[in-house]
Amino acid sequence: MTADRVVFEGARVIDPAGGTDEVRDVVVAAGLIAGPEEAEGAERIDARGMVLAPGLVDLHTHLREPGFEHKETVVTGTRAAAVGGYTAVAAMANTDPVTDHAAIVHEVRDLAAAAGLCDVFPVGAITKGLRGEALAEMGEMVQAGVRVFSDDGNCLPDPRILRNALTYAKAFPVEVVLADHAEDASLVAGGHMHEGPRSAALGLAGRPAEAEEIVVARDLAVARATGGRLHLCHLSTARAVDLVRSAKAEGIRVTAEVTPHHLTFTDEDLRTYDTNLKTNPPLRTVDDRDALRGGLADGTIDVIATDHAPHAVEEKEAEFDVSAPGTIGLETAIAVIWTELVEPGLLSIGRAIEAMSTTPARILGASDHGGPLEPGRPANLFLFDPQATWRVEPPFASKARNSAFLGRVLRGSVQATMLRGTLTVAGGKATR
Amino acid sequence: MNEHLLSMHDLTAADVTRILDTAESFREVGSRVIKKVPALRGRTVVNLFLENSTRTRISFELAAKRLSADVINFSSSGSSVAKGESLKDTALTLQAMGADAIVIRHSSSGSPLQLTRWVDAHVLNAGDGTHEHPTQALLDLYTMREKLGRLGGLRVAIVGDVLHSRVARSLSFGLVTMGAEVTLVGPPTLIPPDAPAWGVQVSYDIDGVVAKLDVCYMLRVQKERQRLEYFPSVREYARLFGLTSARAALLPDDALIMHPGPMNRGVEIDSDVADLPESVIEEQVTNGIAIRMALLYLLLGSGASGGGPSAPEGRAYDR
Repeated sequence: MTADRVVFEGARVIDPAGGTDEVRDVVVAAGLIAGPEEAEGAERIDARGMVLAPGLVDLHTHLREPGFEHKETVVTGTRAAAVGGYTAVAAMANTDPVTDHAAIVHEVRDLAAAAGLCDVFPVGAITKGLRGEALAEMGEMVQAGVRVFSDDGNCLPDPRILRNALTYAKAFPVEVVLADHAEDASLVAGGHMHEGPRSAALGLAGRPAEAEEIVVARDLAVARATGGRLHLCHLSTARAVDLVRSAKAEGIRVTAEVTPHHLTFTDEDLRTYDTNLKTNPPLRTVDDRDALRGGLADGTIDVIATDHAPHAVEEKEAEFDVSAPGTIGLETAIAVIWTELVEPGLLSIGRAIEAMSTTPARILGASDHGGPLEPGRPANLFLFDPQATWRVEPPFASKARNSAFLGRVLRGSVQATMLRGTLTVAGGKATR
Repeated sequence: MNEHLLSMHDLTAADVTRILDTAESFREVGSRVIKKVPALRGRTVVNLFLENSTRTRISFELAAKRLSADVINFSSSGSSVAKGESLKDTALTLQAMGADAIVIRHSSSGSPLQLTRWVDAHVLNAGDGTHEHPTQALLDLYTMREKLGRLGGLRVAIVGDVLHSRVARSLSFGLVTMGAEVTLVGPPTLIPPDAPAWGVQVSYDIDGVVAKLDVCYMLRVQKERQRLEYFPSVREYARLFGLTSARAALLPDDALIMHPGPMNRGVEIDSDVADLPESVIEEQVTNGIAIRMALLYLLLGSGASGGGPSAPEGRAYDR
């Protein structure tokens, strides 16, 4: 499906970067968005009743390659991304070897380019080997194009290393973002779910809410002191949202993300010991979930990121305390957000696209992505049918099937995804 | 009866009463010269013990044998689990061998419920992690009812490391179901902050509690918890929360002293107290066999088809 010219007819175009929400035709020619004069002779795709938006951008994806190809590969992970409407993903650094030097950055990006399904922006480790001790060679990785650094999965163990990293990053000619997984290691040691009445009854050791609050407060204090640029991964508690809200009001340079699963589930859903709902940070209370929804709607939380965390079947079909934490999310994210937030009127579709495309593209420095969908721009976009209803079940494009949403019926499905004018998904199926 | 025994939350008061009544009728079997009835002849019971527990395994083994079932013991030390086989694969193996019931002891909370998703056999929880130990709770309820004549209105203190105790959870849930008044006592670091949601009281002062009790139930202290900074020393624990002779003397005359075993004499319970006539710790052991016979019979035997109270499927963990 590499038609040189395509016109999407009669789509509702949601383009936060261009400030538009209108029904119109979108013409693509030679890999770029084109003007209506180029529609002549183009392949026509009936998009009436559908949403057309800039391709989604995931700030938090685990592609697992190199090192953990039994869970996911760059090819299967980027195929899952395309099926979910994504044209760019940030690949987390907890690979083996760790992405703590430029060679791995190049390797991951080359694998993605060869697959041609979705652009990949490798995230660099903040510390060597994710050990929280010595800084990784950030400067070399910046020269290789890295804009976001994170030891994700491992919370930075002490404020000194964060302080040094935020300070060191001032030397770079481009803005570099440091992203932290905010859970205090001593408080969550041995824990498997949110600490509360449900964990007490299930006999599962808890990961208390204050483990997140403490690190968010600590990181914000360090960001204030250094003037550095901080990003907080997958917030899960109401008080963390409050802390970020007041930090922003104060002018601290911080952004924050939330996952579709934290916007959907609560700790009560763990009563069946479903290991697909075991995540770090854990699923929390109804009040926390509602505060995350509120923070997303009012802009305190900037980004919806999936934390797509594929695992092999045997790593999830195990006892709860030994099963691996995390859920896949790329293929379900936009439908979950539509079903849980947009359709019930909790979030506008414009705000959703902003949080899933425009803003993460800006944070990543992915200037080809996130819109605006204007003539001359790269044709990175996706087409979404908000009427379609489907049930989440294998097979997935991802190599993994550990979805927290298994069995749920969702509204809205991705019909087409286009990367630089090439359809990576057509008729809801990956084309390659 | 339900299909499985996973949690005390699955049992209504009527279910508990039926189990205790059935155990009553089986207890007499243990006092015969020929301690055996043919109720489960030809049925296969697997004891899948992936965590060490000689006493509970022996109790289940005796219970199944006295019902004439064929008993297979599968424990982690000599099994493929130690070689890295997954619980699911072990379960499928037992399934393929035709197990009618699987009694599982496991260090992971929730593993008996997970097992029910992989096998057709009836699953009995013989203790899962820090979650539940329902057969222990039922034998304790049996012992209390036998000695005190009732369960409703009984004032019971459960003393010790409630946070990590599956016995405390199951017994609390069961006692609340039966209308008893439960007080959890221990250092605040070892009481789950959200325990009042179980319908129980919490106290950090054993001396303020003992004089009003019908049952003083002591939990075993895991000495390794001390290293995790839950309490400063075993010595201080014994002084603040142990059932000393002086405290035992404050108990009302007909109050019971109970312990799930094995005891740390001199830590949570003074040696002299453990040997008092009010202490029914050995009777708990004897009653355990009758309770486990009753459960195997009700789940597997002709007791399984006989109407009676039953909880609907899916009620597990609803609370």
